[in-house]
Amino acid sequence: MHEFLHPIRFLKTVGRVFFAFLGATGKLAIFTFTSLMHALTPPYYPRLIGQQMISVGYFSLPVVGLTAVFTGMVLALQSYTGFSRFSAESAIPNVVVLSITRELGPVLAGLMVAGRVGAAMAAEIGTMRVTEQIDALVTLSTNPQKYLVAPRLIAGLAMLPLLVLVGDIIGVFGGYIVSVYKLGFNPSTYIINTWNFFQVDDLVSGLIKASVFGFIVTLLGCYNGFYSKGGAQGVGAATTMAVVSASILILCSDYFLTELLFTK
Amino acid sequence: MTSSTPKIEVRDLHKAFGPKEVLTGLNLDVGVGESVVVIGGSGTGKSVLIKCIIGLLKPDSGSIRIDGVETIGMRGKDREEVLKKFGMLFQGAALFDSINVWQNVAFALIQSQGMDHNKAKGIALEKMAQVGLGPEVGELSPAELSGGMQKRVGLARAIATQPQIIFFDEPTTGLDPIMGDVINDLIVESVRDLGATALSITHDMASARKIADRIAMIYEGKIIWAGPVREIDSSGSDHVDQFINGRAEGPIKMAVRG
Ligand SMILES: Nc1ncnc2c1ncn2[C@@H]1O[C@H](COP(=O)(O)OP(=O)(O)O)[C@@H](O)[C@H]1O
Ligand SMILES: [Mg+2]
Repeated sequence: MHEFLHPIRFLKTVGRVFFAFLGATGKLAIFTFTSLMHALTPPYYPRLIGQQMISVGYFSLPVVGLTAVFTGMVLALQSYTGFSRFSAESAIPNVVVLSITRELGPVLAGLMVAGRVGAAMAAEIGTMRVTEQIDALVTLSTNPQKYLVAPRLIAGLAMLPLLVLVGDIIGVFGGYIVSVYKLGFNPSTYIINTWNFFQVDDLVSGLIKASVFGFIVTLLGCYNGFYSKGGAQGVGAATTMAVVSASILILCSDYFLTELLFTK
Repeated sequence: MTSSTPKIEVRDLHKAFGPKEVLTGLNLDVGVGESVVVIGGSGTGKSVLIKCIIGLLKPDSGSIRIDGVETIGMRGKDREEVLKKFGMLFQGAALFDSINVWQNVAFALIQSQGMDHNKAKGIALEKMAQVGLGPEVGELSPAELSGGMQKRVGLARAIATQPQIIFFDEPTTGLDPIMGDVINDLIVESVRDLGATALSITHDMASARKIADRIAMIYEGKIIWAGPVREIDSSGSDHVDQFINGRAEGPIKMAVRG
């Protein structure tokens, strides 16, 4: 019989993996809790929070804007192909504004920011860990979670909704461009239709999602960096882990958030 | 507290990483104002010892007293108070690369003592001058400095808060012998000026002889010999003799793989 298939060994392996998983989840939960406590109690670092907000928000604008404009354009084009088969072209503005504000705006921005910001945070904090800069913070009477993690979490929570708001507008504009200049829609009808279909609830639910995704991205970036070990290779692994785990968690939590926000 | 209370008192310290036992019942005293150097081979747990004392690592068992007060298990405000007594020069200097040199030196003054920027910069430049760095270096980024200069900045940062206890982790490793000696002199000078207690770890015997009042040798997780620096050549310990003379033959067997 193959080693792995031996029932006792197999159970042992399952048990080990299960407990390792529990351990890792617990560690992340404690890290999340203590980081939030540090974010809520003084000293605060307004300068660092500002720096992180610029780095998370402002410098992600090009990436998120580009993603949004092409998504809006593709949405218009794809739904035209589908809807023209049963003469429902007029639903295009509806499809575009609904999909962007509710779903694609926050999710795609979250994924792009995971690649851009989450990776950078894991790499920066991971390098600080392996070069003992985090230990140095402690010896200088500064709590590393307060100094490094809390400002990043706050920036993620606060800036992602703003980014997504801008992305939503750009995305809808992308749909408008394609519909008007390629599919021959009347510009004012398109805008009026978009406005009529637009729901504040949809927008707000998307922005709530965005905030959660911003938290996920920055949390996993910080967490993986904070506990990285083993030199340059360890930092590389932490960076990869930060992006992969944040992306998966964004997609999973998106489902549950959607259920929570829309199924009444 | 009497004058005979050691500044640092380590008793029966144990620390393992998984199955790997690094410290196995280590005892060490460092008197007030004394400079003790712990020598030992690479990977023998010297850094782990210092990190346990500072509280960066949690020992499995044992006792660590600072000024007679048990610090293991200390948290919150008490721990912060103890940390304020410490300064440390890290092996790789561990300068923060997101801020410039003077901000590194002034870090604890500004961030944890809340000192005004101009005043903190003044003190930073003063400390930098003490370790032989001109004010023009203050505006550079740590990445622009040579290894020796980074160590000097790390030293200036460690002494900026006038700590009572300073830890030096391999202060001369990675430096050429002359720069190593310059750093040794600076360490001796700054510890004397502060009247601080110093605990250093190194495998560089020249450095140990220069900065130590007392030397202790760590082997297999314990201090196997400790004595005044002048007695190191007549320690009567084969392990110490082998180490200070750098011989491959002797009771210490290096794990070639491991
Ligand atoms: N955080 C850690 N996790 C696991 N093992 C560690 C850790 N820190 C140190 N070790 C191990 O402990 C041993 C002693 O390390 P260290 O104290 O750094 O040696 P040195 O005497 O060269 O300073 C080494 O074998 C190292 O692999
Ligand atoms: Mg070491």
